[in-house]
Amino acid sequence: MKFQKIISTLFLTVTFSMLAHAQLQLNGAGATFPAVIYSKWFDEYKNATGVQFNYQAIGSGGGIRQISEGTVDFGATDGPMTDQQLSEAKSKRGTEVLHIPTVMGAVVVCYNVPGISKGLNLSGEVLADIFLGKIIYWNDAKIKKDNPKLNLPNKAIVVTHRSDGSGTSFIFTDYLTKVSKNWSAKVGTGTSVNWPVGLGGKGNDGVAGLVKQTEGSIGYVELAYAVKNKILYANMKNKAGNFVEATFQSVSSAAEGAAKNMPADLRVSITDAAGKDSYPISGFTWLLVYKNMKDEAKAKAMVNFLSWSMGKGQSFATDLYYAPLPKAVVKMCEKNINSITANGKKIK
Amino acid sequence: MINSEIQPDIENSRVEINNTAVRPPGFFKKVFGTYNLGDFIFERLTLLFAVLVFLLVILMGYEMYVGSKISIDKFGWSFLTNSVWDPVQEIYGALPIIYGTIVSSFLALVISVPLSIGIAIFLSEVSPGWLEKPLSFLVELLAGIPSVVYGLWGIFVLVPWIRTDVEPFLSEHLGFLPFFRGAPYGFGMLAAVLILAIMILPIVSSISRDILRSVPQSQREAALALGATRWQSTKIVLKDAKSGILGATMLGLGRAVGETMAVTMVIGNRAVISPSLFDPSYTMASVIANEFTEATSEMYLSALIQLALVLFVLTIIINAMAKLLVWSMERKLGTR
Repeated sequence: MKFQKIISTLFLTVTFSMLAHAQLQLNGAGATFPAVIYSKWFDEYKNATGVQFNYQAIGSGGGIRQISEGTVDFGATDGPMTDQQLSEAKSKRGTEVLHIPTVMGAVVVCYNVPGISKGLNLSGEVLADIFLGKIIYWNDAKIKKDNPKLNLPNKAIVVTHRSDGSGTSFIFTDYLTKVSKNWSAKVGTGTSVNWPVGLGGKGNDGVAGLVKQTEGSIGYVELAYAVKNKILYANMKNKAGNFVEATFQSVSSAAEGAAKNMPADLRVSITDAAGKDSYPISGFTWLLVYKNMKDEAKAKAMVNFLSWSMGKGQSFATDLYYAPLPKAVVKMCEKNINSITANGKKIK
Repeated sequence: MINSEIQPDIENSRVEINNTAVRPPGFFKKVFGTYNLGDFIFERLTLLFAVLVFLLVILMGYEMYVGSKISIDKFGWSFLTNSVWDPVQEIYGALPIIYGTIVSSFLALVISVPLSIGIAIFLSEVSPGWLEKPLSFLVELLAGIPSVVYGLWGIFVLVPWIRTDVEPFLSEHLGFLPFFRGAPYGFGMLAAVLILAIMILPIVSSISRDILRSVPQSQREAALALGATRWQSTKIVLKDAKSGILGATMLGLGRAVGETMAVTMVIGNRAVISPSLFDPSYTMASVIANEFTEATSEMYLSALIQLALVLFVLTIIINAMAKLLVWSMERKLGTR
């Protein structure tokens, strides 16, 4: 399948480079999670302006590597670059790399407990203890406390997680790190971590398959995947103490809650965000662009596209199961977009 | 009584089939003192191709060594002996992953090789002509199925069956052994072993069949003429084909060691060493495929490349061992 992908991208690249001789073309690579909305955006934008964007969903790690090496015009990632990566990229490329949030996603906790159909409530600490292997039965007192109405069975919990490195795991472990001291000491945050217990499945479909097949199991998948495939998921307790269902609204309100003390470079985790309606396991996905570009035409196209994505682009989000950015965040993005220069000259 | 006297005769009556390869005279001498330009170009060209393969292997090894330099410098041999694989703390020990690779491949061979040899013997020695063609076709068809399809079949058919029937059965009857203990998830080492066994079956059996067929018909005729039964003549044919079958087995092992997609879909992907076949495990190829795309730090990337290097070396060792075995067998046959 991968081979086919490579062949078809090669083929496409060749044909397009022949056709689009004079046409402006920008190349990018990175995260797989936003690939669906990005290809929609690039398609719409090409129809409107004629500017061609190519995007290869090779994973966040690849996106960060390629923007640091300068082999692409833009990158994309689900987890922000670290300070060290940023300074390395800056010294290699001679210009800063900017993070521009584009849309948001959320991670939901799915489960398969015999006799429980909907409405399982979980708090962060309990979730962390389950994934640490400390809570091993569904009728544990700690789970019961949050679910007084449910008749939880005396069944062993089977933990499942992603085996492949992914932004989904990053957001999930970032949340657990924030809510549990034990988790942060023993495991930590990452696209791949050393899971204390459980089975690993490849991709959202792999985890969903494990959960569906295994009685008593618990796992996590992207909200978009869960909604599309009608998978049951738990309500999570947020910082304000409410149990919140993951919806596009509750994800957007998490970003709103976080917007108040957002850093200027927009590298921020919005897990466990404040606000009474905020869904706690949410996260941004970012485009990575150079602050100063050498090719003026490309810089202009990049800035115009990014501005478009903050306006009209956002209206495509919910149809494709992404949460749109709240107004406050859009404003901060626009400020950063407008700071992009071509050879030191401002574009807007 | 009579049989026991005849048998050694059959054994000794084998027709010599080795040393039949004919080499052109003066292969290397002619390279310089050439008198035919076509021959010269032909020889040089084929030599170049042969050297290219050699260079490619060296280059691959070198590239992997350079790519994994950071991790080799930091972890040294502890990379092979440490059993913690923690990308967050940047501690990389590959022992459970190497263990999972070797055990899953080896057990797959144990299941697959006897079956494959049985299939090969049936196809080349026993089967009537009308059955042989479609059967061979089906066996070869198995080899053409993409591994992701095996993986999906594994998830939806094999794993549920293992969970509901195989594992409960095994733990009930053989639960006193440490190999068959633990919770029956379905996903785990057992599922990986079974799926690998099915995947290498067509390779080993179709190559073994070809090797059995290449044993000259006169061997069988000679044996039968001396009054051997079909089983006895098959034994003689097998003796001739032994080294070839071993080669086929090693090819199968090579495939099992490098198999990625189908294994990662059913093995449970957990880097632990556990005697129980019910527990999840992990293989080197799966780790690389799973974690490479999102490996952001240099050390992480370097550790993954080092894992590839270990896999590369392991493959070389397996192939070298196979060559040695084949060689020693041929020598034994030759001096007898």
